[in-house]
Amino acid sequence: MCAWRRLHGSVQTLRGSVTRGSVASTSVTQRQPGWGGGLPSHQSLSTGGALRNDFFKDLEAQLAAMRQKAMDALPGSSWTPFEINPNLPPETADIVIVGGGVVGWSIAYWLKQKEKLSKGMRVLVVERDPTYSQASTVLSAGGIRQQFSLLENIHLSLASADFMRNINEHLSVVNEDPVDLQFNQSGYLFLASEEVAHIMEQNYNTQRMSGAKVSLLSQHQLKEKFPWINTEGVVLASYGLENEGWFDPWTLLNAFRRKAISLGVIQCFGEVTNFKYTTHVRMTADDEQMDVRRIKSVKVQMPNSMEYQPVECAIVVNAAGAFSGRLAETLGIGLGPKDSLAGIPVPVEPRKRYVYVVHCPDGPGLDTPFLIDYSGVYFRREGLGGNYICGISPEEAEEPDTSNLDVDHQFFEDKVWPKLANRVPAFEKLKVTSAWAGFYDYNTFDQNGIIGLHPLINNMYFATGFSGHGLQHSPAVGRAVAELILDGEFQTLDLKGFSFRRILAQEPMLERNIV
Amino acid sequence: MLLNWRAKVGRDRLQRKNLYYGYTRKFYGPEIASAYYILSLGGGFRFVGQSEWFRANSRGKFSWEFLNYKDSLVEEVDMSHTVINYTGLSNLERQQHLRTLKLQGCPEVDDWFLAGLHMFQDSLEELDISHCTQITAGGLAALRNLRGLKRLNVSYLPKISSPGLVIILLEEMLPHCQITAEGYDLSLRQAVEETS
Repeated sequence: MCAWRRLHGSVQTLRGSVTRGSVASTSVTQRQPGWGGGLPSHQSLSTGGALRNDFFKDLEAQLAAMRQKAMDALPGSSWTPFEINPNLPPETADIVIVGGGVVGWSIAYWLKQKEKLSKGMRVLVVERDPTYSQASTVLSAGGIRQQFSLLENIHLSLASADFMRNINEHLSVVNEDPVDLQFNQSGYLFLASEEVAHIMEQNYNTQRMSGAKVSLLSQHQLKEKFPWINTEGVVLASYGLENEGWFDPWTLLNAFRRKAISLGVIQCFGEVTNFKYTTHVRMTADDEQMDVRRIKSVKVQMPNSMEYQPVECAIVVNAAGAFSGRLAETLGIGLGPKDSLAGIPVPVEPRKRYVYVVHCPDGPGLDTPFLIDYSGVYFRREGLGGNYICGISPEEAEEPDTSNLDVDHQFFEDKVWPKLANRVPAFEKLKVTSAWAGFYDYNTFDQNGIIGLHPLINNMYFATGFSGHGLQHSPAVGRAVAELILDGEFQTLDLKGFSFRRILAQEPMLERNIV
Repeated sequence: MLLNWRAKVGRDRLQRKNLYYGYTRKFYGPEIASAYYILSLGGGFRFVGQSEWFRANSRGKFSWEFLNYKDSLVEEVDMSHTVINYTGLSNLERQQHLRTLKLQGCPEVDDWFLAGLHMFQDSLEELDISHCTQITAGGLAALRNLRGLKRLNVSYLPKISSPGLVIILLEEMLPHCQITAEGYDLSLRQAVEETS
């Protein structure tokens, strides 16, 4: 009798715990057909609610809850009387990567791929926005090309194309679906007018020597190959035969993320707002004082909350894309006196670019390359239903406001459509079905990436400023940064030209053909 | 971990089969090297001006007679049901007279392989890529470069999402080419059910 009352007493407390919080235990109960092949035990046919708490109706849930309670009471369980937010990052990490875009996750994957001991280091990727609503990666047009003028850029693209060709060798996870990038092998087509034809020829020679498969077309050959182009004013065209085209950036991002997490990278959603650092004062050769900082910990603020967690770390990687300049400012880069090293800011700022989706039933067909005109307008095919994606880079003086991602439709009417219709007469009759805007992590200095350490901060590696080419270079850049961190120098591709030295010495590495 | 190891062994085996036959090429020339590669993978080929095919039998054994024809050029290649892939394609690099390429049922032929076919853009007249499971519409766009293509077989490709539309677009893209595309359900019955 008293045993029954004792049991009844424990039922009351259990009932309380079950109703309060442990929804997880009920979902774990398995479906088992009752004897006679009838209903599973927790499915009831009555439509009214229970009048009283009945112990035996919910037997499986009760037993599971009791089991969980017993396991929590044993040592070795992670039960604490305080409620801890499970989304907080760990208190310590070896490498913190600020920015969860494709570059950040590529670096995380390569770091774990290259580490000598498995679980040898703890890598944390901190991303501000779990929905990726403003991330440049997912808003990108997704193209990859080798038609650059700088050797480093060509090699980066070639290496990334090689990576994507064998992507399942690199990024496949056991028991999961293989990665399908939806790569369209249609190539890029650049059109050159009289004034810039010689630049295109020089670039063609550089590209050919580096191993990119590009072909030059005269005006006549161009008309023959692509009869829907109006070749007026076009003197030379350069067409990529292989390893060029476009793909789905979200798939690549998730492939990197899935593989990196399977290798042990920790993902955290939060914003890096502050750093704790120590400062050494060094004297330069000119008897100038230099404050060299070493980051000790990173303050990660939880989204929409006052909660934060300081993460002690050894190395920080700045892969924050369009917002890397702002992040570097919190460390004091750019806030010093104008003629000193500390006065030169990291020249990366967000620039808004519009992408318009248009529908044209009479447009060019399956073989449409990613066409880039010398006037700056570009377009590519999207899907099989006569839809195209187009846009243009605005002039320096007319850069749109970057405080939001609103689309200016008048910009299409004024700037994009006339040039597009001039180049492709079929586009005179089209309809804009959709549009979006995204940020370039624009390097205001020379529009090329910045990879490497900053002289004033001992342990912050930068991988940013790619000005629209971050996505297509991301696999190779990830590998390069991982080599820089783990081996101390570049092993496969020599990207010393992308270091901070050129910014501090004011020697720009300019590239032609920026879109 | 065992699954990872098994996958890696499979990939290594594939890579070894598709290696670049540089040594053979240096000593015997590119045509003999390509011929040797084709035979060792289990395919067959025919020289220009001859009517007999050189093939490996089902056990993988082949005769070495092709060594007698050092200066002949390869005109037709049949690599159906072999494991040729993109790296193996580099072995066929300098075959400027290749007119027919049959790749029916090759499991490793994918979109990147089709993009690599641009090296035959002047000479290739017939291409058969039916039953290749990894080809999608994005790779078919790369066939644009094959200017001289007269016959194309794209039957039974499972990864093409809307086959009727893709076939029409292919016909527009390659106007002088005769396209064979069987094995697709091109009926309009589904669309009628949705609208009614």
